[in-house]
Amino acid sequence: MHIVVCAKQTPSTTAVLAVANGKVTWSDPGGSPDIANPWDEYAVEEAIRLIEAHGGKITALSMGPEDAREALKTAIAMGCDDAVHITDSRMKGSDTLATSYVLAQAIKKLDDVDLVIFGRQAIDGDTAQTSMQVARRLGWTPLSFVAAVNEVDLAERTITVTRSIEAGRQKVKGPLPAALSVLKEINEPRYPSFKGIRKATKYMASDLQVWGVAELGADPSKVGSAGARVRWPEVFAPPPREGECTMIEADTPDGVAALLVSKLLEEKVL
Amino acid sequence: MSDILVWLEQQSGAVAPVSWEVLSAARNVAGQLGVGVVAAAFGPGAQQIAQPAIERGADTVFVCEDDSLSVYRAEPFADLLSKLARDHGVKAIMAGATSAGRDVLALAAVDLDAGLIPDCTALTVADGKLKATRPVYAGKLISHLTCDSEPVLMSLRSRAFAASEPDVSRSGNVVKVDPATNADAIRVQVLGLEAAAGEVSLTDAAIIVSGGRGVNGPEGFEPVRVLASAVGGALGASRAAVDAGWIPYAHQVGQTGKTVSPDLYIACGISGAIQHLAGMRTSKVIVAINKDAEAPIFKLAQYGIVGDLFKIVPALSAEFEKRLK
Repeated sequence: MHIVVCAKQTPSTTAVLAVANGKVTWSDPGGSPDIANPWDEYAVEEAIRLIEAHGGKITALSMGPEDAREALKTAIAMGCDDAVHITDSRMKGSDTLATSYVLAQAIKKLDDVDLVIFGRQAIDGDTAQTSMQVARRLGWTPLSFVAAVNEVDLAERTITVTRSIEAGRQKVKGPLPAALSVLKEINEPRYPSFKGIRKATKYMASDLQVWGVAELGADPSKVGSAGARVRWPEVFAPPPREGECTMIEADTPDGVAALLVSKLLEEKVL
Repeated sequence: MSDILVWLEQQSGAVAPVSWEVLSAARNVAGQLGVGVVAAAFGPGAQQIAQPAIERGADTVFVCEDDSLSVYRAEPFADLLSKLARDHGVKAIMAGATSAGRDVLALAAVDLDAGLIPDCTALTVADGKLKATRPVYAGKLISHLTCDSEPVLMSLRSRAFAASEPDVSRSGNVVKVDPATNADAIRVQVLGLEAAAGEVSLTDAAIIVSGGRGVNGPEGFEPVRVLASAVGGALGASRAAVDAGWIPYAHQVGQTGKTVSPDLYIACGISGAIQHLAGMRTSKVIVAINKDAEAPIFKLAQYGIVGDLFKIVPALSAEFEKRLK
């Protein structure tokens, strides 16, 4: 089977963000400021496990600026076969509607895809919407918040998954091709091996494919700012929480508890 | 017509709490825009929530109780919502930012070639247009968003908007509609549901008690769980505790877990990594219990207790039991 994983480069989880004139910049004193979106590692891992069980290949797709290749490097290092970087200056300013259009075009171009897997959300935009919009554009079975892939039946062309939703764990079955968004509980992503990292370095230097609007046969009016409906003119740091921390002190735990509960009841927090 | 359409999430007449919050928020901005509010409810039980929806702000409620919609599935629900939006010509579609609300709006936005703004935490009206506020980068930053075209689809975060009291004097229309999808054409089969074991949902909870690395093991969660139960709250956890395997992932609060906004958040043995703070910083009152007086969590908290959580937490449970009787 042919699985596509959509992955994105994001700021690291420990990045310190700054914003000036609506432009967000970041740095990470403790490590690399740019990483593969952590949720996408679960998508890559699940794809690898499914290919180990059923045979086939994995193509990683990543849409982003020209230098945003961390997600693809991680995907190849973990074990994906191919990677395509989707980049074009005209794609800047894409909202989820425009992004889903671009990704759906890329998946159509690959032609023989059975399954596309996304991480639950990217930790920058945090929308958690692109996966299902891609499913709708392709007319594929939309399966979100997947906590386990129970079965892929290639003869019957079906997939059975367990979704983790507010009401509990829901088991559903639908036809392939399908688009999945996966949760953290689905697996434990492997660390790339030394060999994998070397392969990725080589792959990124010589084999990486790069597709823009022309290669995708995309309508330029549907991508980037031109295709986006949603604008985000203002981005800012949240106002700091007001007030100091009041330390509750007493001679005994019971005394501390009595003081705190009195304060919470006085302020009608409960 | 350019009303605001609200999708009410319901199962057998039980409405998701966030749906009433969304209806109230929609009513509020509809008043400022000078438009009406229409609501839609699908599946058995839809009819019985129509009147409560009118009392909470809907002018018209579309109901479809067809058997094909008896279990929620994203595609037929989105098909019908998109059809109602097209037939009625709406200015905006709003739903709660639940798993179902997100999916239905994502699919409908493609159908309607429309802008989609998920996880709104505030709505304002400026120059006759809706402006949304939503957190990005796990709440490390906030953005204001607008949409160039109509309709705009918005999911609203749980507990970010107040649900108004029902007004029994309000009247409105209830309109029965047919499903938009033939039952035979629905591709996804629901094979079963293993219900969450009577626990309070984190995103709906007014009170959350969370444990972190300081609980020291799965057994260490017991006093935290007892405190949560004493205050009628939900049980949360930091990523460190989840990654250590002490508690299931469903309890994780933070950047790669749930974002919560309770009235009271009690952090037990959580130092306050930036990823955790991102997920709970909008809590109204934060109480931190930690043995390290320098823990970053105290910078965010209103009340801090430096001490051994295994002594403090049981004392708090006993005190709450006594005082809340």
